[in-house]
Amino acid sequence: MTDILTPDLDERFRAAATAEGLLDVAYDVFDDTAMGPLLVGVTDRGVCRITFDPSPERELEQLARVYGSRVLRSTKPIQRVHLELDEYLEGRRRDFDLELDLRGQPDFYLRVLSELARVGYGETTTYGTLAARSGNPRAARAVGTVMNRNPIPIVLPCHRVVGANGSLTGYGGGLHRKEMLLRLEGAIL
Amino acid sequence: MSMAVAVPPFETFYESHKTEVFRFLVRRVGRDGAEDAFQETFLRALRAYDRLEHGEHLRAWALTIANRIVLDGARRRRPTGEMPELVTEDGRPAYEELAPLTDDLPPKERAAVVLRYGYDLGYDEIGEALGSTESAARQAASAGVRRIRKEKQ
Repeated sequence: MTDILTPDLDERFRAAATAEGLLDVAYDVFDDTAMGPLLVGVTDRGVCRITFDPSPERELEQLARVYGSRVLRSTKPIQRVHLELDEYLEGRRRDFDLELDLRGQPDFYLRVLSELARVGYGETTTYGTLAARSGNPRAARAVGTVMNRNPIPIVLPCHRVVGANGSLTGYGGGLHRKEMLLRLEGAIL
Repeated sequence: MSMAVAVPPFETFYESHKTEVFRFLVRRVGRDGAEDAFQETFLRALRAYDRLEHGEHLRAWALTIANRIVLDGARRRRPTGEMPELVTEDGRPAYEELAPLTDDLPPKERAAVVLRYGYDLGYDEIGEALGSTESAARQAASAGVRRIRKEKQ
């Protein structure tokens, strides 16, 4: 058939749209990671989203609401993140060298997330400690909520935050993933 | 007042209409011309996308852009003007001339009037672009013209 749209033509449009700088968010889904499928979103300011087991339709609508409606799957802007995630998940990288876009996050969330970003590879901290570092020692429960809604898990290492008694407590991507990440980093055996 | 349909993420819009837009272009200009026109159609849509106020009639919108790309291409290829130019006396293209007249029409009538008198599309093509039939397109265009006449009186 001569009127079939080829994958090549489809990709050429996506590349042209990206090259012209027309996108609010470029995203891609990696199906083959050790953590299962991951959706990664990037704006011109940096990484804005990582989602485990994404259901793309809902995910794209959320991205459009926060960053603008011009959301398109596009490989190139995501390549760097893809590479660093691969290296990290294979144990060849300890720190991410990526800009982040946390637009739209409330002030308290930003304070907590920036403290979270300082918790190093292979370390753990508690919800209470993170609350205290963010300026509100009694906000451990609120810190738990921020962790649960972390827009960029793995890169912002909410898996390194555990309960005061050392229990893993919870994880937005499922406890088994938290355990995998902590084991990868050698934080638990 | 009814709730406006939200503008979908561009990916959703593109995936919903890319196949049909490409087929439409192949029919209008052939496979080779359609490849460039396809890319240009969706780039043009993307450039305007953040100014859309609602998500209604996006299919007709996409096909209208595709059709305009075809007409622009035809005009460029034949600068001597053997194409029906559809230009009004002051030199503006007919579709620009029509814009202020059709602004207040309901979307379907507006699309039908603009495609018929601004782009010189046949009612069969307009029906296709609007996702309805030839006779519905004819009715929408004439209803639109009646409404414009009434408002100008």
